[in-house]
Amino acid sequence: MAKIRGTIVVDTECCKGCKVCVVTCPTKTIDLGHEVNSKGYNYMQMVNPENCTGCTNCAAVCPDSCITVYRVKVE
Amino acid sequence: MMEIKDMIKPENLVYEKTKVLTNNIMHYCPGCSHGTIHKLIAQVIDEMGIQDKTVGVSPVGCAVLAYNYIDIDWQQAAHGRAPALATGIKRLNPDKYVFTYQGDGDLASIGTAEIMHACSRGENIVVIFVNNAIYGMTGGQMAPTTLVGQVTATTPYGRNTELNGHPLRITELLAQLKGTCYVTRQSVQNPAGVRKTKRAIQKAFENSMMKKGLSFVEVVGTCNSGWKLTPTDANKWMEEHMFPEYPLGDIKDE
Repeated sequence: MAKIRGTIVVDTECCKGCKVCVVTCPTKTIDLGHEVNSKGYNYMQMVNPENCTGCTNCAAVCPDSCITVYRVKVE
Repeated sequence: MMEIKDMIKPENLVYEKTKVLTNNIMHYCPGCSHGTIHKLIAQVIDEMGIQDKTVGVSPVGCAVLAYNYIDIDWQQAAHGRAPALATGIKRLNPDKYVFTYQGDGDLASIGTAEIMHACSRGENIVVIFVNNAIYGMTGGQMAPTTLVGQVTATTPYGRNTELNGHPLRITELLAQLKGTCYVTRQSVQNPAGVRKTKRAIQKAFENSMMKKGLSFVEVVGTCNSGWKLTPTDANKWMEEHMFPEYPLGDIKDE
């Protein structure tokens, strides 16, 4: 069966660590990391990248539009 | 197993920042609804291909700097007077898509007269009304839309109806005016809400060119700094407290 896999690219300078995307992710792929950007915000990153399905929910709710989503079908 | 770097290719792209948004980092607090609503307006403008035909009117409030983020023509109105300015722009340029972007302190308080009469006249403009039940920019004072019992800087013991009156449901009031063709209330705290709000904004823009009257889209939003909550708690608080007073859905659709 074909499986959907996805991944995201985060503009870490743009992210303010509001966590709205983290609670929205249905597969618990993303969370805030320990590193901070130049403004001192803990930015969002993928902690379980293999879970991502590319559903775009995180990008849809992101107030700062810092998430780009890619999706691919793997056999 | 496919590597992540192999997935990051243009043919696999499913969601990216729209080109109508500029690359400036927004000045809004983390988790503020304004950012999401700006993004939805920009996406609608991009998908309709009307970037060079759209004029926005920004309010007084946090969103006064909206011209830094959405790459279209803008005007900035005196406090509450955005519908009057938009009326002038639309009447002189009937081929342009004209919208105002206003908060609850701007639209429901000092600008009540302007929005009432713009709706009553049935101007062919779009009004995006962001209701966060508080004066956000000035530090969280009580607004007309503040809920009963809600603690703000000027109601430290909660809003008291004997002293401060009742919350103003201006969207329901405007729906009764004959000049409005589409009046709806949406929210942007979850993906379903974001998609519904985007459809509502698109419909409002389409109505403005069909000369049907004024389209009014209220978006119930959060002000986590003013409410003194984290962004995720503010979203939960909004669902529990704001939605019973301000129920979501279309109020008028003609």
